[in-house]
Amino acid sequence: MNIFLDLFLTFAKIGLFTFGGGYAMISIIEDNCVNRKKWITHDEMMNITVIAESTPGPIAINAATYIGFKQARFLGAVIATTGMILPSMGIIYLISMFFDNFLELTMFANAFKGIKLAVGLLILDAGILMVKKMKKKLLSSGILLCALAAMLAGELFSLPVSSVTLMTTAAAVSFLACLVKGGKAN
Amino acid sequence: MIYLDLFLGFLKVGCFSFGGAYGAIPLIRDVVLDYGWLTDQQLTSMIAISESTPGPIMVNLATYVGSTQADIAGAFLATLAVILPAFVIILLITALLRSIIGHPYVKAVLGGLKPCMIGIILATGLYMTIDHCLAEGTPDIRSAGITIALAAIMIFYKKQFKKKLSPILLIIISGIAGILVYGI
Repeated sequence: MNIFLDLFLTFAKIGLFTFGGGYAMISIIEDNCVNRKKWITHDEMMNITVIAESTPGPIAINAATYIGFKQARFLGAVIATTGMILPSMGIIYLISMFFDNFLELTMFANAFKGIKLAVGLLILDAGILMVKKMKKKLLSSGILLCALAAMLAGELFSLPVSSVTLMTTAAAVSFLACLVKGGKAN
Repeated sequence: MIYLDLFLGFLKVGCFSFGGAYGAIPLIRDVVLDYGWLTDQQLTSMIAISESTPGPIMVNLATYVGSTQADIAGAFLATLAVILPAFVIILLITALLRSIIGHPYVKAVLGGLKPCMIGIILATGLYMTIDHCLAEGTPDIRSAGITIALAAIMIFYKKQFKKKLSPILLIIISGIAGILVYGI
């Protein structure tokens, strides 16, 4: 298949079926672009996720742009990103025309309540897979546990824990550790 | 002029929304309420819709706000504005990535970011799953039942077929389960 068509269709499919945004998307993108299409490796996917997290904008857009560019330069990036947003734009545009009645349809409301449960599990599953594939060292395991504990505490007790602050701190700690070791990789 | 306002408003959201959709929601609130495009109540329902329809939440919100203010051209402009910063930044990074990714300092920073991000993702997944199984603090048997059943299907499928159940299939199953279980 033509690479442009392939990029467009793959990302349109991802855009059409990813509920819950962000982290839920990671496992679907990984499934399609790493496992099936082999456009990128698992390590590259991790790098994209980190870069996406530390740059502004929707994670899905970052991933689509990166993968599209890698496969077919600028035009590939444009086509993958367009494919990613087109289905949701269409759906939301339709919904905006009769928004008020939408969630009053009991069947839709119930289906969405079920889908919400799957979204939580998908995010958890993405996290567990990443832990399994991570190189476990003292520093990285410590950072992981601290971030996990801080986020959970923030959610449970409604504390203002921001993921940006956590990530900046983790980056700084790791950077300092690297300096202490005289510029060698951790 | 509404087109320019929409474009600039959502460009701001696209530029400053670090940490994915949940980081963007406070920013979108500021912009949308500032311009008076939606009421607080309308925005809250729209966030719920954006979370339960496919696609990036920011794109969904931009499309919705744009289309209510200036129909399809507004939807298009707002969406373009919200994705433009991410698109440009990734293009720049990708073009330079090969040369900068090997640098020890960059490696050190990424090496700190990765485990932190995994921790945040795990916490989010855990919290969402637990939170969804509660209805105002008390356990909700139907939601907990569906969650356990879905988790069991995922684990069983992996054991049986030695590969992950497709997330898309899981979402379809969960939608049907929702209609059946909550409909009774």
